[in-house]
Amino acid sequence: MLELKKIRKAFVEPDGGKLPILNIRHFELQGGEQAVLVGPSGCGKTTLLHVVAGISRPDSGQVRVDGMDITLMPEAERDRYRAEKIGYVFQTFNLLPGFSALENVLLGMTFAAGRSDTSRAQHLLERVGLGHRLTHKPPMLSVGEQQRVAVARALVNRPKLLLADEPTANIDSGHQQQIVDLLRETCNEENVALLMVTHSPEVAGQFERRESLESFNHIQIAVSA
Amino acid sequence: MSLWKIAWRSIQQRSLASSLTAVSMALGVALVASVLIIHSVVDQSFRRGSGGYDLIVGARGDSLQLVLNTVFHMRRPIGNIPHSYYREFVDGRYQLTTEVAVPVAMGDNYQGYRVIGTTPDMFNRLQYRDGQYYTFAEGQNFFEENYYDAVVGSVVARRTGLKVGDTFRPTHGLSAADDTGYEHNAFRVVGVLDHTGTPVDQALYVNIEGFYLEHAHEEAPLTLQPRRTAAAAENPAAAETAPDENDRGNRDPSDQRHGDHAHHHQGPIPDEEKEVTAILVATSMGRAGDAMAMRRIIESEGVAQAVAPAEEIAALFEGLIGPIQMILLAFAALVVVVAGIGILVSIYNSMSDRRREIAIMRALGASRRTVMLVILLESILLSVGGGILGLVLAHGLVGIFSPLILEHTGVAVSALQFQPIELVLIPALIVLASIVGYLPALSAYRTDVARSLTAHP
Repeated sequence: MLELKKIRKAFVEPDGGKLPILNIRHFELQGGEQAVLVGPSGCGKTTLLHVVAGISRPDSGQVRVDGMDITLMPEAERDRYRAEKIGYVFQTFNLLPGFSALENVLLGMTFAAGRSDTSRAQHLLERVGLGHRLTHKPPMLSVGEQQRVAVARALVNRPKLLLADEPTANIDSGHQQQIVDLLRETCNEENVALLMVTHSPEVAGQFERRESLESFNHIQIAVSA
Repeated sequence: MSLWKIAWRSIQQRSLASSLTAVSMALGVALVASVLIIHSVVDQSFRRGSGGYDLIVGARGDSLQLVLNTVFHMRRPIGNIPHSYYREFVDGRYQLTTEVAVPVAMGDNYQGYRVIGTTPDMFNRLQYRDGQYYTFAEGQNFFEENYYDAVVGSVVARRTGLKVGDTFRPTHGLSAADDTGYEHNAFRVVGVLDHTGTPVDQALYVNIEGFYLEHAHEEAPLTLQPRRTAAAAENPAAAETAPDENDRGNRDPSDQRHGDHAHHHQGPIPDEEKEVTAILVATSMGRAGDAMAMRRIIESEGVAQAVAPAEEIAALFEGLIGPIQMILLAFAALVVVVAGIGILVSIYNSMSDRRREIAIMRALGASRRTVMLVILLESILLSVGGGILGLVLAHGLVGIFSPLILEHTGVAVSALQFQPIELVLIPALIVLASIVGYLPALSAYRTDVARSLTAHP
């Protein structure tokens, strides 16, 4: 389902020099599979997710999703790919504050090719336990509730792959497990592959497939964990 | 969810800044609409004032002054012309080309409203608008034989409280400011005209024979009539023909319309001693060529001039009022453009705060063009929303002030009466909004998604 081949990416520093951030020879994820990537801060976890989502382009290499190499796609096509095939859950939830919970979920549908399906959005919000909070705006929701909305939004377009970037990092320890469970369960129910990055050993320990980014990203990271 | 709704939510999120920019746009558009409406009111009030007759014959001089004075009771009369000129239209050489000719004599006022000497034909045979004859709210027209009878316009009746049976004493002078304090004998109101929406509503009309009698016996020179009625002034004997109740009579008005003009009632003062300020002439249908010839003859004689009020008014509009309107419109349009720039500044300033939101939308699959469109729609919503508010404001004010406009100008305007050019306002605003929204939209287009997502919120 997801295959990364010879991915290289470097950032240009202010002095013009290049800072390598990704050097991945090969990584693969099967359809419906759930994997967790662990690694210290600054090791390129978020950059890797951006590359997989088509938000950033690698300097070289292939990113194949569902048989298509997204690095060859023009930007507009990558936008469509992202809307239709990828669900994204952010560390900071990234809900739009002016929109209700339901509207935030519908927003995910607006940019995909299909039309808004309110009943699907409602169903997902009910599934994540927020059936009674449809019209609430993010500032009126707890952080745990906001992340649940984000999970519903990520799944609304029936993506092939859900990318979760430190989804529990901003959530109190009492609710972290609920979010992890919710992500894993809903991905199972919707048959969506899940690639989660975290630096939490407790979260990582629950996944059958755990990968240390450092083990396949051949970059010497200068920063500490 | 539509992109319109996304744009609307952004506006709601910054409700204070959005409201202020929309209100500034509303004021600009209200200004534009007001200029258009005021121009239309002025245009209508001028054009309808001279309906019912084709020519004004008066003393030589500024033709516009002749029209403004005769029709709209503005400015002073140029001077007078001999009464014999008037006879030429009734039973002289212009008779065939004339449908109706009505003399008017000016120089007096009552409480600031002009008192005009005329003949009963003014209300019996002239139309005040195409196909519409004068009618009376109360009483009837005066008769030729009743020298001291008068009819009053609707506004004058309401403002002064004059009603049928009342008497009033005109004073010498065209208006309250010019008033010499010299009071004439009393005239009796025999009719109150229905509202016409023309300057006639704002004047009192007395039998021209009574007018002559009053001016004949007064000692004061007619300072407001440069070519004063010298003959009348030198004939104090005529003053002895004072108002006589027996003269007033009680004739049935039905036998008077469309016929009396053929019978020439000379009155107590000989024709050769009378002068008129102007003659209103309705030319015969189908004799336009003759009317033109008549005009040329009058001009060539060098005593009087004949002007077509419609032409003068059109020239006035093209030469003066049109350019003034254009200048006002240009200023109002400038206010709209400034309001548009306000929208640009408001949205552009918000872009730094909204980079993350735009990046989130992009991460959810929105294309660069989509986020650009959202910003443009936001600009359009603010501009058009403000514009509609401005139109409502302008037309609401028109609705509120319509009774006042009707009274002062005679033009009935309704809040729901739109000028065709106002329909262009909304498309114009969309164009303006697209132009001013382009810069912030471009900024949205160029948002670096990865960097904006990883930046701390």
